[in-house]
Amino acid sequence: MADPIKVYPAKPSHVYFYATCLIDMFYPDAGMAGIQLLEREGIKVSFPKDQTCCGQPAYTSGYHDEARAVAKAQLDLFPEDWPIVVPSGSCGGMIRKHYPGLFKNTDQEAQAAGIAARTWELTDFLLNACHIKLEDLGAPTTIAMHTSCSARREMGVAEVGPKLLGQLQNVNLVEQVRAEECCGFGGTFAVRHPEISGAMVSEKVDTLTNTGAEAFVTTDCGCLMNIAGYAEKNQKPLTGQHILSFLWQRTSAGNGDKS
Amino acid sequence: MSSRDTILSRLRNRSGGELSEPHCDFTVLQRPSSSQAARVDQFQKTIEPVHGEVHRCTRESWIAQLVDLLASRGARSLLVPSEHQIGRALRDCGRDDLPHMLVYDEPIESWQAHLFNEVDAAITSTRGGIAETGTLILWPTPDEPRLMSLVPPIHIAVLEASEIYTTFHEAMLAQNWASGMPTNALLVSGPSKTADIEQTLAYGVHGPKELIILVIE
Amino acid sequence: MSQTTAQDPHHIDVKEFHSRARAAIADPKIRQNFRKAMDGLMVKRQDAFEGWDLEALRDLGANIRLRALANLPDLLEALETKLTANGIRVHWAIDSDEACRIVRDICIARDAKTVIKGKSMVSEEMELNHYLKDQGIEALESDLGEYIVQLAGETPSHIIMPAIHKNTAEISELLHEKTGTDLSNDVEYLTAAARLQLREKFMNADVGVSGVNFAVAETGTLCLVENEGNGRMTTTVPPCHIAVTGIEKVVGNLEDVAPLLALLTRSATGQHITTYFNMISSPRKPNELDGPEEVHLVLVDNGRSSIYQDDELLDTLRCIRCGACMNHCPVYTRVGGHAYGTTYPGPIGKILMPHLIGLDEGQHLPTASSLCGACGEVCPVKIPIPDLLVRLRQESVDGDKLNPAKVRGHGAKRNALEALVWKGWSWMHARPGVYRFGTAVAARLRNLQPGRLGGWTKYRTAPKLAAKTLHERMKERGQ
Repeated sequence: MADPIKVYPAKPSHVYFYATCLIDMFYPDAGMAGIQLLEREGIKVSFPKDQTCCGQPAYTSGYHDEARAVAKAQLDLFPEDWPIVVPSGSCGGMIRKHYPGLFKNTDQEAQAAGIAARTWELTDFLLNACHIKLEDLGAPTTIAMHTSCSARREMGVAEVGPKLLGQLQNVNLVEQVRAEECCGFGGTFAVRHPEISGAMVSEKVDTLTNTGAEAFVTTDCGCLMNIAGYAEKNQKPLTGQHILSFLWQRTSAGNGDKS
Repeated sequence: MSSRDTILSRLRNRSGGELSEPHCDFTVLQRPSSSQAARVDQFQKTIEPVHGEVHRCTRESWIAQLVDLLASRGARSLLVPSEHQIGRALRDCGRDDLPHMLVYDEPIESWQAHLFNEVDAAITSTRGGIAETGTLILWPTPDEPRLMSLVPPIHIAVLEASEIYTTFHEAMLAQNWASGMPTNALLVSGPSKTADIEQTLAYGVHGPKELIILVIE
Repeated sequence: MSQTTAQDPHHIDVKEFHSRARAAIADPKIRQNFRKAMDGLMVKRQDAFEGWDLEALRDLGANIRLRALANLPDLLEALETKLTANGIRVHWAIDSDEACRIVRDICIARDAKTVIKGKSMVSEEMELNHYLKDQGIEALESDLGEYIVQLAGETPSHIIMPAIHKNTAEISELLHEKTGTDLSNDVEYLTAAARLQLREKFMNADVGVSGVNFAVAETGTLCLVENEGNGRMTTTVPPCHIAVTGIEKVVGNLEDVAPLLALLTRSATGQHITTYFNMISSPRKPNELDGPEEVHLVLVDNGRSSIYQDDELLDTLRCIRCGACMNHCPVYTRVGGHAYGTTYPGPIGKILMPHLIGLDEGQHLPTASSLCGACGEVCPVKIPIPDLLVRLRQESVDGDKLNPAKVRGHGAKRNALEALVWKGWSWMHARPGVYRFGTAVAARLRNLQPGRLGGWTKYRTAPKLAAKTLHERMKERGQ
């Protein structure tokens, strides 16, 4: 569940960037975009090189010993008291909402709780801690947005994406019906129950394309992989991007570094 | 050990230890005070969409209005309370255009088929109303037994405007229900209905098809 | 096989979830019936809470349920004392079998041959109708949805709207075939026909069996929520009324009922209140002219006292059976209620049924969720359903040495290969150097990546590894 009341930190001089394994391996552009957006706000970004995965895949599959071992390897990566920003509602939610329980009654209990308390979903952090102001340099376009379930319900950031996109004056954001419904990714769920997941993503793609938009953005790479992968396989006129990539592209001159 | 003792002992000796009791804050149920007229309006506005038919009357006019309502439905028989003022007033009003009146003065077993098959309408008193949900409070009595408001196709309820509360919570506290409940207490909010066939509303599935409320102002 | 085809509901293998789910997904009628119904229910719920401080109301609901659970044994004893003083006889059943036997014995003592039933999910859990039939006692459902389902030889596909999987045409055909009504798409006609058929049954039934929504210890009151009036008929017309309920349904004070009722009906069907809220505190008194001369309450444990032992699992018992979790569940909406093969379908079923049937039997139930959290978000008593799903996934593979599994049948889903995969995964991800090396190598070899990845690529293209990992790009940047 989302926090009842969120107390955002003041805009810091320094943050830790926790990229997540999906961004690391599949969508590094989105990670770079997030880092560059932070840097443009004058924030120094520290990328702990020993980061791997938050442990969520094993955790939601029930393998908590294995999840704990991986999560434990992340705990020492954040020695300074800086905010930890995560370009994913899902992995951010794992750290913020589930680390305390995972390490309950262990030697790492206090450390995990401390890390959880300063972990933020990155778009939320940009909007509400950094008070980012975006200047749109792109051509007029229409897009839809899918906010991941964990971003929406665990991290409580459903309003954030639309607000950020709303700052882009040439971007027309359209909303699909049943916007709050899951796209069917759900980690191992998509593999364990392919038909159910397939039925869910097919309807998600239908509602997205029915908006008239030919592109969508999302907070999470799991949803991106799922929705864009379905559209591609089934030759639907819909492409997807991580919202951070989109925001960076729209607001950076030149786009020379292909981020 | 009996099942009772087994269950209770498992609950008492729970392995997680004793549970703490959270505080329950009921203020979310509180409503600003409102006038009687506002409560009647709210009651009417809430019950009408669920097919509760509201007629606002005075102590002088309600019988005449009832006569018209029953005539418009072609009701031939009307079950009335024997002791309650409503029944007395109807029997003593001297009008010959009321349907045949009967009273529920013997156990159901002796006239069940007649009640189920022959009685067109019944009129009962109420113990108050609830504005927020468009609800009647009924406490059936030997004078107005439980099936009166359930079996005949038309139920007419007489509601005193002064006895409309804003919420259920307020009503049960004001009337101190916790000090003792009757055999059967009812909240009635419209005629019997179902949406079990493809979410389509249909009225009168088991109970009354019509609920007519005479609000005495 | 279509989901609407009657199969013997008493021989459903819960483990066959996958094949039933696949069949439901391939059935456009099922998909359409559920989608339409769930879309409507979601909108109605949202509208019904307009103007409320919903979070405060849900907090109150949750706290009332938690307070009742904190005092559960005391409240049950207080309830028993009060009901007994009121003239209602209280029975305790450790499991479904005992609960069925209690009902049977009451029937036999009264020489009862016919039982009319109001809606009761606990009696579904007990498979009471089936049991009584074997004992030569006819049990007839009177809730219209339950009546339809019983005529079809099925089980309910939703805990509030039992026949929601059928459309009007299907119901018309069923009533025509089983009861001789004319074929019609006029819902009023069909409903009126059922009224006539069931009124006869009410008049002649020897016993009425109902469920209970809340049992109030303070006053000894059984509360029933309904729209049709069949619940009132069931509890008023036959000379004997037997109420069956789970032991968790007790609340302390009458006052507790007000917020729970406000939450229940709005969450379930989007109604401010149901047509009838029926509060029963005693059998017919000597001077009263109707109502049953005998009233019984059967308190059914059936696994609940086991759930009660654990602080986290305990939250399962908060449930007030509104069905909002299934109305909002994207999985339930796709597969419908019958795919689960359990008394309680949808999210609440996934966290409750493993306790009733064992986690070995119910091992697939907790996996059938994307953990999207819609259920927990709408739950009127704030049951953390997604967390409980994860807990049961852990229990089903014995996945946590620090918190050993407790649920009956735990560990049944653990298999050596899967465990080994996760161990390998964990080994690699707990070693940053190995991870960086492995992911960098994978990026180099990305053109060799398989194009088919099981169930994933049946519907989607395979995700493409980037040419360089973010780790590598950051290293190039000097970070």
